[in-house]
Amino acid sequence: MDSPTVALHESTHSEHPSYQRHHFVTMAQQRESASFGMWLFLLTEIMFFGGMFTAYLIYRNWYYPAFVAGSHTLSIVLGTTNTAVLITSSFTMAMGVWCAETRRRGGLILSIILTLILGLAFLGIKSVEYHEKWVQHHVPGLRFDAMSFVHPKAEPGQPAEPGLPLDMAQHTEVYFSLYFAMTGMHALHMIIGMGLLIFMLIKAIRGAYDNGNITFIENFGLYWHFVDIVWIFLFPLLYLISRHQ
Amino acid sequence: MSELEANHAEEPHIVSPKIYAMIAATLLICTGLTVAASYLELGPWNAVVALGIAVFKATLVVLFFMHIKYSSNLMKLTVGAGLFTFLALVGMSMSDYISRAWGSF
Repeated sequence: MDSPTVALHESTHSEHPSYQRHHFVTMAQQRESASFGMWLFLLTEIMFFGGMFTAYLIYRNWYYPAFVAGSHTLSIVLGTTNTAVLITSSFTMAMGVWCAETRRRGGLILSIILTLILGLAFLGIKSVEYHEKWVQHHVPGLRFDAMSFVHPKAEPGQPAEPGLPLDMAQHTEVYFSLYFAMTGMHALHMIIGMGLLIFMLIKAIRGAYDNGNITFIENFGLYWHFVDIVWIFLFPLLYLISRHQ
Repeated sequence: MSELEANHAEEPHIVSPKIYAMIAATLLICTGLTVAASYLELGPWNAVVALGIAVFKATLVVLFFMHIKYSSNLMKLTVGAGLFTFLALVGMSMSDYISRAWGSF
């Protein structure tokens, strides 16, 4: 850590990169430890989102017609576009990790910028969807009105959906609460991720990763892919599985 | 110098851009498939197909984007333990809710 790039203090002290901490025997051990720690953090994240997924499953079984009606108000086109955007951003981040591993500074910078742009596009589309919910009075607690589920208006070119009884229509608020909690938590993870991306971008431009000390990039890659996986499950659960009921 | 040699022997596996591109293409195709499947009338199988495709996509991300296919057994076990704990917690919660009204039908 405090030694020059290649340290050879004594005969007992073997060569190692300057960023290898002295309590690790080898770089492989240091890498393994960092990766292990990151995965343990991601497991706590799985449990955190898992609680919300479980709540969704249980309430969906209880208030099934309300969840079906709520799900029908989401735009499949916007949801699909966002899924494609996020998967592509995972790909650009994976390429960023590859560029870092093979010490391509330009490629790393480009990958980080592309990942940032795709992340921004995802949040932009998400905010269009949130705005639509606000206009339609589908925001629980702030601006909510269940009457549109009791007397649904016909979409142009489509027959009107059957209305729900008032008590069941009011339970659509539970669907939208879970919708905002889950997509909101996911969006918060993306915002944090984009803050870290900007941090990495500045460091990459300054050449901080050129010496091969790329643990931060590798662990951030794991985080970004985890956020992608959460969306891979949110998309079918919120948008798709109730299409036909 | 044996430690240095060990360092070189354990260089991390670098996944090639070709594999990343193939996985990304597969993920995008699966996204198209799951949307198409949601327009079919499959009854309860709609949910099964959608979640099946989601599990497949997540597995690809974990194995290739997150390098678990090329990682040590410790890392594989960590991911497996997390998955097991998650399924145990969800499964036990769901079994409670499913069996709560048992006998009162």
